Amino acid sequence: MNADRRKVLQNTGGLAVMGLAASAGLFGPATAAADEWNKAAFSTKNLADTVKALGGSGATESKDVVITSPDIAENGAVVPFTISSRLPKTESIALLVEKNPAALAANFSIPDGTEAGVTTRVKMGQTSKVIALVKADGKFYYTAKEVKVTLGGCGG
Amino acid sequence: MADPMKIRARMAGDKVEVKVLMAHDMETGQRKDSKGNAIPAHFIQHVTATHNGKVVLSADWGPAVSKNPFLSFKFAGGKPGDKVTVTWTDNNGEKRTDEATVQS
Repeated sequence: MNADRRKVLQNTGGLAVMGLAASAGLFGPATAAADEWNKAAFSTKNLADTVKALGGSGATESKDVVITSPDIAENGAVVPFTISSRLPKTESIALLVEKNPAALAANFSIPDGTEAGVTTRVKMGQTSKVIALVKADGKFYYTAKEVKVTLGGCGG
Repeated sequence: MADPMKIRARMAGDKVEVKVLMAHDMETGQRKDSKGNAIPAHFIQHVTATHNGKVVLSADWGPAVSKNPFLSFKFAGGKPGDKVTVTWTDNNGEKRTDEATVQS
């Protein structure tokens, strides 16, 4: 696995720090443990693929999906997000960070009786568009927001 | 064994507000140690919260969730004294379950 990694890193040259490619090899064997985990969606690299893996292609923008977060995050390692949906029958809420190595950060499924709103904290490698993808009554809706990051959260 | 979670569940109007703080490194697999070796990914993949045996929230997480993850949500139908249980599973198969009582 390591040899592959080297190659990929060379190919991406200067980008190696963020290791866009690194995640490809490293997800490998360990992920087999949780079989229900949606590996396909979590290992996609770009936004369009991720949305597709979640089944949300053709999602419509909606004002009823709200992202609450700082506009400027000083520390990309801990960026608080609250995503809420006013859409009836909200089934799931996914949080995507466009420029992270893997766009999908988290995917929540909301059963009946649970308020369609979750708060969590995610890492952001750099300033990026953040998308909340909500599935409600079988349809997908999204809202997007740009969040500026002054100090990336993926270095080390 | 992983450290216990901090779970707080209390009534907020007619709903129960649950706040969970988990102790987990959430390694992305993209960092390197001082010798330049990659630190293997180690992160929580699945979180489930139940109330009286009924799932009130489940989540799939990627490594992009912050270290020592925080999660907060609200659900209806709970009352003070009820138990809320939260379980996480990480990519190495480690598991941790903790329980909290709903406060008024």
